[in-house]
Amino acid sequence: MLEKILKIKDLRVIYKTDLETVNAVNGINLEVEKGGTLGLVGETGAGKTTTALSIMRLLPSNTGRILNGEIIFEGEDILKMEEDKVRHVRGDKIAMVFQDPMTSLNPVQTIGAQIAEAIRLHNENMDEKEVQERVEHILSLVGIIPQRKHDYPHQFSGGMKQRVVIAIALSCEPDLLIADEPTTALDVTIQAQVLAMIRDLRDRLGTSMLMITHDLGIVAQTCDNVAVMYAGEVIEFGTVEDIFKGEKHHPYTEGLFGSIPNLKSRAARLNPIQGLMPDPTKLPEGCYFAPRCKYCTELCNKTRPEVIVSGTHKIACHMYNSKYENEMKQSVAKHAKKKEE
Amino acid sequence: MIEKENKVLIQTEGLEKIFSLKGGAKLHAVDGIDLKILKGETLGVVGESGCGKSTLGRSILRLIEPTGGKIFYDGKDITKIKGGEMRELRRNIQIIFQDPYASIDPRKSVIEAIAEYMIIQKTYKSKKEIFNRAAELMDLVGLAIRYANLYPHELDGGRRQRIGIARALSLNPNFIVCDEPVSALDVSIQAQILNLLMDLQDALGLTYMFVTHDLSVVKHISDNIMVMYLGKCVEYARSDELFENPLHPYTKALLSAIPKLDLDARSKQIKLIQGEVSSPINVKLGCRFSKRCEYCEERCSEENPPYIEVTPGHFVACFKVDEGGKILY
Amino acid sequence: MEASLNTQKTTEVYKKQSQFKEIVRRFSKSKSAVIGLILFGIVAVVLLLADVIVPYAEATTVHPELKNLVPNKDHIFGCDSYGRDIFARILHGGKTSLGIALLGTLCSCVVGCLLGAVAGYYGGKVDTVIMRGLDIFMSVPDLLFTMAVVYALGANFINLLIALTLAFFTNYVRLVRSQVLNLAEKDYVEAARAGGAGGLRIIFTHIIPNAMGVIIVNTTLNVAKIIIYESTLSFLGLGMPPPAPEWGQMLSEAREYMRSAPHLLAFPALSIVITACAINLMGDGLRDALDPHLKS
Repeated sequence: MLEKILKIKDLRVIYKTDLETVNAVNGINLEVEKGGTLGLVGETGAGKTTTALSIMRLLPSNTGRILNGEIIFEGEDILKMEEDKVRHVRGDKIAMVFQDPMTSLNPVQTIGAQIAEAIRLHNENMDEKEVQERVEHILSLVGIIPQRKHDYPHQFSGGMKQRVVIAIALSCEPDLLIADEPTTALDVTIQAQVLAMIRDLRDRLGTSMLMITHDLGIVAQTCDNVAVMYAGEVIEFGTVEDIFKGEKHHPYTEGLFGSIPNLKSRAARLNPIQGLMPDPTKLPEGCYFAPRCKYCTELCNKTRPEVIVSGTHKIACHMYNSKYENEMKQSVAKHAKKKEE
Repeated sequence: MIEKENKVLIQTEGLEKIFSLKGGAKLHAVDGIDLKILKGETLGVVGESGCGKSTLGRSILRLIEPTGGKIFYDGKDITKIKGGEMRELRRNIQIIFQDPYASIDPRKSVIEAIAEYMIIQKTYKSKKEIFNRAAELMDLVGLAIRYANLYPHELDGGRRQRIGIARALSLNPNFIVCDEPVSALDVSIQAQILNLLMDLQDALGLTYMFVTHDLSVVKHISDNIMVMYLGKCVEYARSDELFENPLHPYTKALLSAIPKLDLDARSKQIKLIQGEVSSPINVKLGCRFSKRCEYCEERCSEENPPYIEVTPGHFVACFKVDEGGKILY
Repeated sequence: MEASLNTQKTTEVYKKQSQFKEIVRRFSKSKSAVIGLILFGIVAVVLLLADVIVPYAEATTVHPELKNLVPNKDHIFGCDSYGRDIFARILHGGKTSLGIALLGTLCSCVVGCLLGAVAGYYGGKVDTVIMRGLDIFMSVPDLLFTMAVVYALGANFINLLIALTLAFFTNYVRLVRSQVLNLAEKDYVEAARAGGAGGLRIIFTHIIPNAMGVIIVNTTLNVAKIIIYESTLSFLGLGMPPPAPEWGQMLSEAREYMRSAPHLLAFPALSIVITACAINLMGDGLRDALDPHLKS
């Protein structure tokens, strides 16, 4: 069993406005292996970014509230840390890369200055010469000529800017890198370059990573373990083999795979999942996916599913629960019959 | 299912859009594009940022005025028409925008947004009839009538995009430019909208130009695909042919850059093309892809490669692909 | 795919529901905004009912024997240096002042917005002509300008209105122009063009409604400014001709007696301050309430 650098236990997060309470994260359990990459997959509203922000304790202070849970990083619970200590951890031990490189960089500072600032924040004793050396070293690590440290963000393209952002994140050689859709805003050929760079750096520096994305292709190519989120819960968790080659799946995961236009398949119509994610202010009583699930039964509407474990693969669905074997079998059989018709 | 006639609905000849920038520089957004779209078919236009695909779509619609070349709709030259003729053209060719959040006026309710074009064009005599038709359109695109009086910000991206589609259909156009209509949507919603677009095409005999950066999406919906790079078309072929037999180095690079769902591909080192996609500013002679192409020769940076039909229906612009379609690199 | 809906169902369903309720709710959340609204409401009602509460004659009839009378039960605000009832003067003067302010704001708003919208949307030469014209206009200090206008045309209601419009319309031109420049880039404007909409239609149906929030807020803040401005004019003797009561004029007359009869100064001053404050508070609240609902 590999050592775990990050363990999230039963995390619950809400956003409370005067109008309503949004249940963003509803009791999730996650683990990131040391040196490994965990892919966090889900669509808009699943709670992925909220989870990432909670780890960094960067939720919007006026509305975000962590109700419950533990986030254990290198043995200590982040949620119980003093603000000072958290600031020390942020950037130094855990770094985050956001989606839009355009807004993550200060347009009036050179990129060299921004990287240097990050370094100085966490290395108070370093002298200026050392800081500059570090800046140049990191720039070359991400594939940018060191002389460009005097350039401003607007002089770089989107892909380059994202590399700079990643460079800043890695400047203090963090133990954990959280990348929230780091390549979504980039062109596909640039995305390939940036992903290759991230992989390369991860291998060289041994950084553990939490890769948040909605693109299953990226997950397949970069992750070791995968957690699929839906309506604030982790509905499936496993190694990348479990998810991509396994036979058992949560119906949502199955639906996700069915929605993707596949380069290989020649099907004329896609198989989208009907409907939408539930309103996070009014979550259903039973399984959150039940309203959209083709295998849904009465049981699914009334009872919250338990997490069924088989080896490294965990699925939160009644279908795999031996207690409800009979009921669910009927539904699956009914559905298989429908498919044939 | 409406029979596919072999009629050319949209055609362009040497279509050009050159923007003049401050300081005298010229941005060749669309540089000499020839294309033909048959009635009832879909042309997929793919490329990354800066390739000119959006500008191409908007130029055909005359939302952006072309600086050169010609556009033909149903055989008629529409490049310079104005006034009443233009207004009539708007009834025939329409556009669906990429961003469902920005393309609908936040101050108009769903049904008002759909009815807008009909009100402008006075399609019906009374407002009541117009709103009736708008309600029918909502039904057609799968928007529940109970959303009629809601405002766009109260709906999710997928539903908003349906509003955009209903609006585009409201004047009964024959040709619709779909400008990245699903890029801003979640995967499962993308699939719903793509299916809707395909169903509508079958039912109403629509002709589409589908602009996107996503090759996997375009494969599903297109009959023919055009690959653009820095304002020029580098390859054009029927959909299956392009994926089975890509000829241009850029097309191959695009295909290999897509992160595959196949775990076995992890160990394979994919060839990455180096360099950045840039803007076509003050372009010089020579293949625009030459700076990033690993097979580039001297000739590539000095002359423009000719755009030739190498096998029936398959066009490519590359010196290293011979006339028979054989790859020489 | 068949589309079948009956007419009846549709016309029932289509009712113009406004976002009004949402705006009202957000407005009422802010204590200061509500206080401003209530205060302004009281002021407005009282001033509107000026004739009912106290006849106009009271405001202008001179009683030399009551000169500088301190507030008492007959004259709750006391009397001014001519023995006129201050309360009556405040009320009637306020009615005039507020009336001019509101109308002045409206006129300057309409003129300014139209010019700004046209400059922003059509750009090019039209824009240049309007903006440079505006620059020239604005190079003259506005107080001096309005003084000159009133002096030349004579002081009466209409001329005062003209002067105020000229002084304040420039505000709106720049404001609306920048809103237009911003909004004209929006996709939904391009979408309207794709449907065949022309420039004016786009300005009126898409741009101005979306710029409304900013315009409204600015307008409410301008009302306060205009009240003070108008008071300034009348302080300088360029307001409505005497004996018509006006707050600024009352301030002017009270100067002499600042030490001996402070109530002469206090009441008009307080009225101006309270009214302007109330309007400002309302304006702030409105701005927050009209803020893009999209950001919730």
